[in-house]
Amino acid sequence: MLSALEGSQAVARAVGLCRPGVVAAYPITPQTHIVENISKLVADGQLQCELVSVESEFSAASVALGAAAAGTRAYTASSSQGILLMGEVLYNISGLRVPMVLTCANRALGAPLNIWNDQQDSMAVRDAGWIQLYCADNQEAVDTTIQAFRIAEHTEVPVMVCVDGFVLTHTLEPIDLPTQEQVDRFLPPYRFERALDSRHPLSLGTCVDPLFFTESRHSQHKALLRSMQEIVAADSDYAGIIGRSCGGVLSVFGSAEAEIAILAMGSVCSTLQEGMQIFSQERVVKLIKLRAYRPFPVSALREVLQGVRELVVLERALAPGSGGIVGMEVRSLATTMNSPPRIHNYAVGLGGRDVPIEIYPRLIEAVTCATEPVWFEIFDVEVERLPIEDR
Amino acid sequence: MIEIRIHGRGGQGNVVAAYLLASAAFEVGRYCQAFPNFGAERRGAPVMAFVRLDVRPILRRSQVRTPAFLIIQDPGLLNVAGVLDGLQERGGVLVNSSRSSEELSHQTGKTVVSFAATHLAMQITGKPLANVALLSAFASLTGLLPREALVKALSSRFKEDVLAKNLKLVDMIADRVPSKSWKEIADALST
Repeated sequence: MLSALEGSQAVARAVGLCRPGVVAAYPITPQTHIVENISKLVADGQLQCELVSVESEFSAASVALGAAAAGTRAYTASSSQGILLMGEVLYNISGLRVPMVLTCANRALGAPLNIWNDQQDSMAVRDAGWIQLYCADNQEAVDTTIQAFRIAEHTEVPVMVCVDGFVLTHTLEPIDLPTQEQVDRFLPPYRFERALDSRHPLSLGTCVDPLFFTESRHSQHKALLRSMQEIVAADSDYAGIIGRSCGGVLSVFGSAEAEIAILAMGSVCSTLQEGMQIFSQERVVKLIKLRAYRPFPVSALREVLQGVRELVVLERALAPGSGGIVGMEVRSLATTMNSPPRIHNYAVGLGGRDVPIEIYPRLIEAVTCATEPVWFEIFDVEVERLPIEDR
Repeated sequence: MIEIRIHGRGGQGNVVAAYLLASAAFEVGRYCQAFPNFGAERRGAPVMAFVRLDVRPILRRSQVRTPAFLIIQDPGLLNVAGVLDGLQERGGVLVNSSRSSEELSHQTGKTVVSFAATHLAMQITGKPLANVALLSAFASLTGLLPREALVKALSSRFKEDVLAKNLKLVDMIADRVPSKSWKEIADALST
């Protein structure tokens, strides 16, 4: 049943429906209402779960790691600088192949200090060995959160659910929460094969010397690649039980035959989708909504890019000194195609800069008029506001 | 689609007002979207919140730039640049002020409905928070939100004594503004 819920509240309730054993979080900025709402569920007796309030994000991730390693379903949430402070532990969690779920309420990284939405935080840990799934709206945030536990537990790879800060987390809109019975069917009680247990002692996190480190990295890389099937399977089973799909690793809107395409991740996809409807007199376009960024769905992308001549890759972050991050990977993929599209790479909506719906016709116009592909630009940067030497 | 922008200062319950408005509209079967645009996170700083209501699912997530209605919780903000920006030609401005609607309409060149919401809220709830009073006035002006919808929205957020006082405030406000004078424009945008 639909209810009008704030994104953070809905995600908290989705986590509650997954019956986590331990939720650990640093409760202060940069935090969202997610853990606040989980703590309320626990306090009201609606969720049997150990909630651990810790003194930093490093500790939040560490407590969740310990809990998950001991075999319980564990969860944490953070954003921005909090994700960076977790960085070391994030690599440990994935390297130890301990399944857990984290919500990253995507926000900018300082300096300059900025609390608003972009995706620099999750991009900063894109190579931490976590599955990263990006949500276009709060319904997807709820559905992806529930799917994430199943994906993590089936693959023993942790999952980061990336939900745009403010734009989704602080937005109230109609959201459907599945019933407990439905979630229980989708996500049965969990048993971690390698759980730490004093009756059957084993070591987790031993030193791996050069003799085996290479193989351990290979195995982790393969696990991430294999998780692609599980992401698709979890979404399809979820659709079977709950009746809604998030599109697996990616979704395409608009005409499959379009020669112009826009590829984006997260909530900007919703705005672009409406842009396509409103400005339908513009050129025929397709929108590629990338949900799985890690693993990077190379073959699915290659398939939907067939026949595309002009491709806009939009980013909510950047690699200073290089350019786009997603764009870089899409370009490298395009080199394996027989007739690759021209790729135009833009960053938009940095640090909470509004992404108006008019961005859609402007992007289409920009690429249809471009004589050369745009290697990388920050869209709408107002250079005249900068000193001449910085322009 | 009806787009509304709420202006106020941190601590005045602007986001709550936006959430309540959207929730009440949801109760009468509309799609809704409400979100804040926080400035600095401190009391007194100018803040905005946005609301969209539609008969179809709402996809866009950009800020509201051309609102049909403005709700202004602090009359001092009428003098702040940008507050009235983008208001649709036929749109209305609801202001919490002790100055008259005529006076403020003349000053701004817009269709303004004004009443002393803080004063009334203080009398009834004992708190200087104008948001629920303004919400009730907005409901009355537009005819968009019947009383039951407001009651449901308020009940999901407030309990017991606070709820009772706010409901009393809702009932008291309804007749203080020209009922349904903005109904035509609200209806025109609802198709």
